Amino acid sequence: MLLIYCPYCEEERSELEFRQAGDAHIARPTNMTEMTDEDFEAFFFLRDNVKGLTFERWRHLNGCGRFFNAARDTVSDKFLTTYKAGLPRPDLSTLRPATEAIVETYEATESDAK
Amino acid sequence: MSGANRIPGAGRLTPAKTARFFFDGKSYAALEGDTVASALLANGVHLVGRSFKYHRPRGIVSAGAEEPNALIGVERDAARKQPNVRATVQDVFDGMKVISQNRWPSLAFDVGAVNNLLAPFFAAGFYYKTFMWPKQAWKHVYEPQIRAAAGLGVSPTEDDTDHYSSRYAHCDVLVIGAGVAGLSAALAAAKTGARVIICDEQPEVGGALHYDKSVTVDGQDGFTWAQGTAAKLAKMDNVTVLPRTTAFGYYAQNFVGLNERVTEHLAKPDRKLPRERLWQVRAKRVIIATGAIERHMVFANNDRPGIMLASAARTFLNHFGVAVGKKIGVYTANDSAYEAAFDLKRAGITVAAIVDSREKPGEGVLAEARSLGIEVLTGHGVVNTSGKLRVSSMSVARNGGGAVRKIAIDALLVSAGWTPSVHMFSQSRGKVAYDNETQRFLPGTYAQDCLSVGACNGTNDLQATIEESLAAGELMSNASGFTASEKLALQGSNAFAWTGGMAGAAEGAGADTTVKAFIDFQNDVCAKDIRLAVREGMHSIEHIKRFTTNGMATDQGKLSNIHGLAIAAETLGREIPKVGLTTFRAPYTPVTFGTLINHSRGELFDPTRKTPMHALEEAQGAVFEDVGQWKRAWYYPRAGEDMHQAVNRECKTVRDVAGIFDASTLGKIEVVGPDAAQFLNLIYTNSWDTLKPGRCRYGIMLREDGFVYDDGVVGRMAEDRFHVTTTTGGAARVMNHMEDYLQTEFPHLNVWLTSATEQWAVIAVQGPKAREIIAPLVEGIDLSNEAFPHMSVREGKICGVPTRLFRMSFTGETGFEVNVPADFGPAVWAAIWAQAEPMGACAYGTEAMHILRAEKGYIIVGQDTDGTVTPDDASLGWAVGKKKTDFVGIRGLRRPDLVADGRKQLVGLLTKDPKVVLEEGAQIVADPNQALPMTMIGHVTSAYWSENCGRSIALALVAGGKAKIGQTLYVPMPDRTIAVEVSDMVFFDKEGGRING
Ligand SMILES: [Zn+2]
Repeated sequence: MLLIYCPYCEEERSELEFRQAGDAHIARPTNMTEMTDEDFEAFFFLRDNVKGLTFERWRHLNGCGRFFNAARDTVSDKFLTTYKAGLPRPDLSTLRPATEAIVETYEATESDAK
Repeated sequence: MSGANRIPGAGRLTPAKTARFFFDGKSYAALEGDTVASALLANGVHLVGRSFKYHRPRGIVSAGAEEPNALIGVERDAARKQPNVRATVQDVFDGMKVISQNRWPSLAFDVGAVNNLLAPFFAAGFYYKTFMWPKQAWKHVYEPQIRAAAGLGVSPTEDDTDHYSSRYAHCDVLVIGAGVAGLSAALAAAKTGARVIICDEQPEVGGALHYDKSVTVDGQDGFTWAQGTAAKLAKMDNVTVLPRTTAFGYYAQNFVGLNERVTEHLAKPDRKLPRERLWQVRAKRVIIATGAIERHMVFANNDRPGIMLASAARTFLNHFGVAVGKKIGVYTANDSAYEAAFDLKRAGITVAAIVDSREKPGEGVLAEARSLGIEVLTGHGVVNTSGKLRVSSMSVARNGGGAVRKIAIDALLVSAGWTPSVHMFSQSRGKVAYDNETQRFLPGTYAQDCLSVGACNGTNDLQATIEESLAAGELMSNASGFTASEKLALQGSNAFAWTGGMAGAAEGAGADTTVKAFIDFQNDVCAKDIRLAVREGMHSIEHIKRFTTNGMATDQGKLSNIHGLAIAAETLGREIPKVGLTTFRAPYTPVTFGTLINHSRGELFDPTRKTPMHALEEAQGAVFEDVGQWKRAWYYPRAGEDMHQAVNRECKTVRDVAGIFDASTLGKIEVVGPDAAQFLNLIYTNSWDTLKPGRCRYGIMLREDGFVYDDGVVGRMAEDRFHVTTTTGGAARVMNHMEDYLQTEFPHLNVWLTSATEQWAVIAVQGPKAREIIAPLVEGIDLSNEAFPHMSVREGKICGVPTRLFRMSFTGETGFEVNVPADFGPAVWAAIWAQAEPMGACAYGTEAMHILRAEKGYIIVGQDTDGTVTPDDASLGWAVGKKKTDFVGIRGLRRPDLVADGRKQLVGLLTKDPKVVLEEGAQIVADPNQALPMTMIGHVTSAYWSENCGRSIALALVAGGKAKIGQTLYVPMPDRTIAVEVSDMVFFDKEGGRING
């Protein structure tokens, strides 16, 4: 199970709160009715299913409810970064790992509880 | 006396603290702190089980978690029976009942041992080859027989009465293992102020210090130092010390699962305590200090009771004070076994001989053996053993052959060297690397933020281990943002540096295909089986593993994997790293289902959702059905009625008088904002601009591929406010679907979505008397047909509380759906029922609801559709806005396959015999006399007895169905073929006048 940084909540939260929502950066065409069958097939059905770096959508379902994007390595499962919906793909060469923010745990809020 | 083999003055247990336990019904004495293994050995019991395949007598091999043989059942009562417990890790408690496994009728005389004689027929791969044909026989004959004869322990049949707890923990440094390495690392990390968790599978910390009495740390006896260090750590606020806690799984992002056994060692546990606790630890850094596991020697008949690992014999002596024999032999390829012989010799035990396969053992141990007067046979091997239920002799010969000397013994200590425990490292997805010089797999490339230290990292020397571990503790703390004010230093010393080690078959395993030289005790895999697998064409270690089942038992090959690999490599003529190591999988040792399932069982397995009126419906006699997580009133039987009679009465009453129905589970979404109508235009196929406030419309929602996704009635409350309803099962996903489009595709629209499913209680009142029933309760709404026609919505009051009152119907009758704030639901239901009952109306459940809607041909999405049905297929083409330029699914609907002829379409079916009710899911054919396999042209989606129609009715998806109306089709069933006539979908009140009454 992973900790995922929600770019809206600005906090790392448990994977249990999130749902994966398919590939990112696939914009719904505005000229739907004029598309050829081939274009529609490419838009709706065809996905790369890459091994390695992938860009995908996640939703902080049991949190703020927002959809956001993530760059993730499908081999290690590691999140390289997460970013708000609508932003372009980040430049991965300059990428720092997703910010580590203080996690609101029982220990953190209730100090030395055992 | 706690066993005849207890050596006075030896071990760390207190002689005065005794306990009694039962093994196969016989009472034995033990000491507090004993494991079942040590207590049995103290009483001279070596035979503890029968092997899985050949039913060979087996004894205790190890003193720890790696134990392959000594699996026992522990019974507290009828419900609390734990099978397959390793006797070497289970503490004895007073009154404990232990039973041996895999033997019948008794341990000493076992009928299944005939398998041993039949062994030539049970070669590796035997099950795959022999029992695969005929196919049916596997399921009905072979598998049940094999399971009955083999099988390890027996599961209890009663529900587990123990409870289990679970907690999450975050820390800066998690240390796995509390031997010298783990404790040193934890000390250094704790000193920096970092939050540290250190866990160890054993009751006490110390690891190898349990047996290695020669170690001193900081001038103290090693084991004493370890206990003091753990106590010191436990007192620190930033440290949690968890003994009896196994790190069993290492998952992504330093997420580690720990299994803490809280009461397993207690005679009378406080029932308030959990039996086991699952820790789900998220660590910024992990230090792996899991040590190494000794391997046994592979030679002929190396599995007799009394043959055990040298370190185990040393643990039994130095920790438990138990001598495993009176006259022992040693067979080794490694120096460490010598120290076991030394310790036993000093305790007064006869050491018959040390047989060393090497020509040149370590000089230190060799000299010490000589000075203790122990005979050492270098360059020799043990080529056979004897002894039926316990080893009684070893046959020794010079390597390469020669005269065989038979030496009488009653225990044989073996050691082929040490396998670093890279399980956790490998589970973390780190890549192991083969070290040619020491012939070991060691941590290579790291995949996560962790470090291995000590024996699991291949570090042998004690002082080097201490220094490496202190440095790791500090480094990992620094990486987590903590620094120490000063450096820690510890000084350690031990007796001998160990050299040597071998992997694979030793002298005496032979190339002979009849010799049983076991590598995997638990699955009865011999050296010859690996060779056979290679000969039969298995060249990958993963294939060899599956063909022979080597390493696939519950011990996961902790002793056997390296031996199997070495023999495979030798047979293949390849180097070990070229053959490769099988993947290490979680759990490291078996974890109970109780721990993993934890609270998620019984009532807590899944949330139960009840509507606000649930208790009232229960009082009215409702039988409930599960619909997803919801409990829904299914039908309301009266005295003497079965389900069929109750449902018939309910259906009839609704159409003759009226009925009230709890529709609260329908999904409800409040869609609000200046662009609300525009948003719904994009989400639904329908057009919403023309819908006036106060009116409702039935809406169809598609996925982008053009298939029906959900449906429901939408009421326009105001220009900018819609009350959307969804199917019960679709509520959450429709909300997600809408949010997805609103947030990511149509973010320019100014709309808010709010789930209101649980905010509204919904009471449907349906039937000719519906208006009469609610009229006296409603204020501020003109209920007349003219002022409030079908498919309208009004806001007002009912029973004095605010309501959104819908004029709508899922029955085809005059109908109202009363929405009130959830808390008022019960009061309003009661008030409506008080009106309805005297008029002869009834409460009806979901079964009647299903029939009533089917009589009208109203579909249920998910029952009459299956994700491949278009609006047109379901005769709902009218709901698709023809002038619209965009909505979700508009392009999908135009795909060639979706507009082609011959698609499956929803139609009605009338059985030729009106009494026959079809089965839902039954297949439909055009010609019942065609050859098998028949061409199926559709299937029944809904089928009921309709009391109102006086006959059976059905809906079905049939290829080209609409064009087949009036034709006869057939539904072949196992016992008969049912003839049906295709009809339209409306069976009752075809003109539809009743709805506007
Ligand atoms: Zn969030």
